[in-house]
Amino acid sequence: MMGENAAPKIVVGLGSCGIAAGAREVLAAFERELKRQGVRAKLGRTGCLGLCYREVLADVITKSQGRISYGNVTPVMVPRIVEQHIINDKPVEEWIVLGDGYTTPDTDFLTRQYRIVLRNCGRIDPEAIEEYVARDGYKALQKVLAEISPEDVISIIKESGLRGRGGAGFPTGLKWEFTRKAKGDKKYIICNADEGDPGAFMDRSVLEGDPHSVLEGVLIAGYAVGAQEGFIYVRAEYPLAVKRLKVALEQAKSHGFLGNNILGTPFNFNIKIKEGAGAFVCGEETALIASIEGRRGMPRLRPPFPATSGLWGKPTCINNVETFANIAWIISNGAGKYSAIGTEKSKGTKVFALTGRIKRSGLVEVPMGITLREIIFDIGGGIKDDGKFKAVQLGGPSGGCLSADLLDIPIDYETITQTGAIMGSGGMVVADERTCMVDLAKFFLSFTQNESCGECVPCRLGTKRMLEILIRLTQGKGEEEDLYLLRNLARDVKVASLCGLGQTAPNPVLTTLEYFKEEYEAHVRERRCYAGVCTDLTVFVIKDNLCKGCGICVKHCPVEAIVGKRKEIYHIDESKCIKCGLCMEHCPFDAIYRA
Amino acid sequence: MPEKEKHKFKTLRQILDKHGDDAGSLIPILQEAQNAYGYLSQEILDQISRETRIPLSQIYGVVTFYAQFRLHAYGKHVIKVCHGTACHVSGAEDISLTLSEELGIESGETTKDRKFTLETVACLGCCSLAPVVMVDEVVYGRLTPGKAREVISR
Repeated sequence: MMGENAAPKIVVGLGSCGIAAGAREVLAAFERELKRQGVRAKLGRTGCLGLCYREVLADVITKSQGRISYGNVTPVMVPRIVEQHIINDKPVEEWIVLGDGYTTPDTDFLTRQYRIVLRNCGRIDPEAIEEYVARDGYKALQKVLAEISPEDVISIIKESGLRGRGGAGFPTGLKWEFTRKAKGDKKYIICNADEGDPGAFMDRSVLEGDPHSVLEGVLIAGYAVGAQEGFIYVRAEYPLAVKRLKVALEQAKSHGFLGNNILGTPFNFNIKIKEGAGAFVCGEETALIASIEGRRGMPRLRPPFPATSGLWGKPTCINNVETFANIAWIISNGAGKYSAIGTEKSKGTKVFALTGRIKRSGLVEVPMGITLREIIFDIGGGIKDDGKFKAVQLGGPSGGCLSADLLDIPIDYETITQTGAIMGSGGMVVADERTCMVDLAKFFLSFTQNESCGECVPCRLGTKRMLEILIRLTQGKGEEEDLYLLRNLARDVKVASLCGLGQTAPNPVLTTLEYFKEEYEAHVRERRCYAGVCTDLTVFVIKDNLCKGCGICVKHCPVEAIVGKRKEIYHIDESKCIKCGLCMEHCPFDAIYRA
Repeated sequence: MPEKEKHKFKTLRQILDKHGDDAGSLIPILQEAQNAYGYLSQEILDQISRETRIPLSQIYGVVTFYAQFRLHAYGKHVIKVCHGTACHVSGAEDISLTLSEELGIESGETTKDRKFTLETVACLGCCSLAPVVMVDEVVYGRLTPGKAREVISR
């Protein structure tokens, strides 16, 4: 990895998360420190390795120790790392998260993974095409152009069993074949990078960490279906991804991988970036096409499918970022090696964004067929603060919430669909006892209701009415009949809506009603929210044994609801309390809690 | 057109020229115009409509469809409170309430001194650092109500 240059190298993870955690400051600190101590070392950057819970990550690569990663790095730690590790060749053991010959709790996080899509993320500089090429980048494109016919490329992808990673899981090879066979003088490839699900960031990390792998996938698709132009539709909220894609496009062009007569062959292909403008529904393929055409992003009825009539009425093949990032690996390693991973109907790997109330949150790429329990407890390390697992939410606003007794189901498209959730794009949000499932359903529905484009009635009005019921429930104004109404309405919206947004919007409601019915009932019958989330259904209580009588809560209470004397135990007058939570926030002894 | 008016639209002119007659360029034009002028005023939209020959009604339809476009001036700093799933289960609501209280405005509003605009967004994709807030282009993570107050006081 060090090449012929013997100077040590320091690599800082500069993905969006890393930067938010302070990676730029860490990089600057290294720069300063190397200068100050007069050390010769190279400074570099990389994308997201996926260990988000350990950000900021910094790797030190030396000849004697290999690559060693430090976690939770702050500028204060930098002088010691430089002095001890780089000058004296003794790694700072207590800060190591990964390294040859070191076993840390974080080792589990990576060893259980199988990295195809994330093969280069956190390993290469995403703004240096040479580093991608050095790891066999663009070899698959070369191979395809030199020796494989477009039809054979499609056969390879079909054989690999790869299915669309955007959520629905349509076989990729088949989609390519339809587009290839469709009649049209012009054909298009679209890469859907409109990652809109809250709680999902795998596509962002791939675009930020390894943009060339996506470009290579798009190029191979273009060759296979007979297209000459491609679009990458990126979400507006991802400025860094857009920037790195632009850099990658320029570099690919100057290296002859993009443009006319690619690698000296008759194959011409150009890629344009289209920035989204903030509309969740544009993740739906026909809405996305409308948006690229410069219109309101409203979906239309299918058929005709984009494969026969897509962008400007021409045959168009749309795949998601993660799907494209698999392509070059499949071509290079063979369909057989890919299809050997996974289950009978779901092949290969899937990237999940593991977040929420979990110890080790981050990006994980796992073979299909692994169980939820393995992901959450073995890789993710279990629940934060040693809390109790309550639910895992799969697939974002289109997905569902699963309870503890479903933890042992294998991850594949069919099994997950049977539970009422969906594989979705790969968001996996873990909830513990502090999460109210009624509130979570309300949260997702307020999202989909807000993002409903308004075109069809079931989605526009149905989600609104459902949301109203959920609001009533969380305010303690729900009636028994509401639960029945909510379920029926959810089923109707699911069948009658025009596009995927409406058809899946009821999933969070239906799954919580199915697996967490008792929580709904508690909201209705007892007017209680046991998770302590729904403000109207909770009370603030001061724990007698923890209260020191300091009186800080009294000072912060805006309505004088806290009664008692200094140095004695205080109490909250429920009739006056407006449940703002300021007392709880300011209590230095954590003596106030929600019940 | 009066001289002053011409000058005012110089940047817009350049944006329009750059895109020419490209099909589907309305959204990029609007995005670039908003970047240049801060928001999309009535006169900018009029001008775009005249030049592109796209009816104003259609442009207005597009502008109001996408969350990114704004028809009114914003504050100097835009604060986006993330309400994605991970942030939601990690207390985003408390962060929003704190900031609303601190600034005296609701989400979607701008302070009277035009210093801050408060917004709620669906997901910034920094879920592992939840709850997060984005001030202009900078993301602040692992927030508590107290830390959120600190961030805006800077």
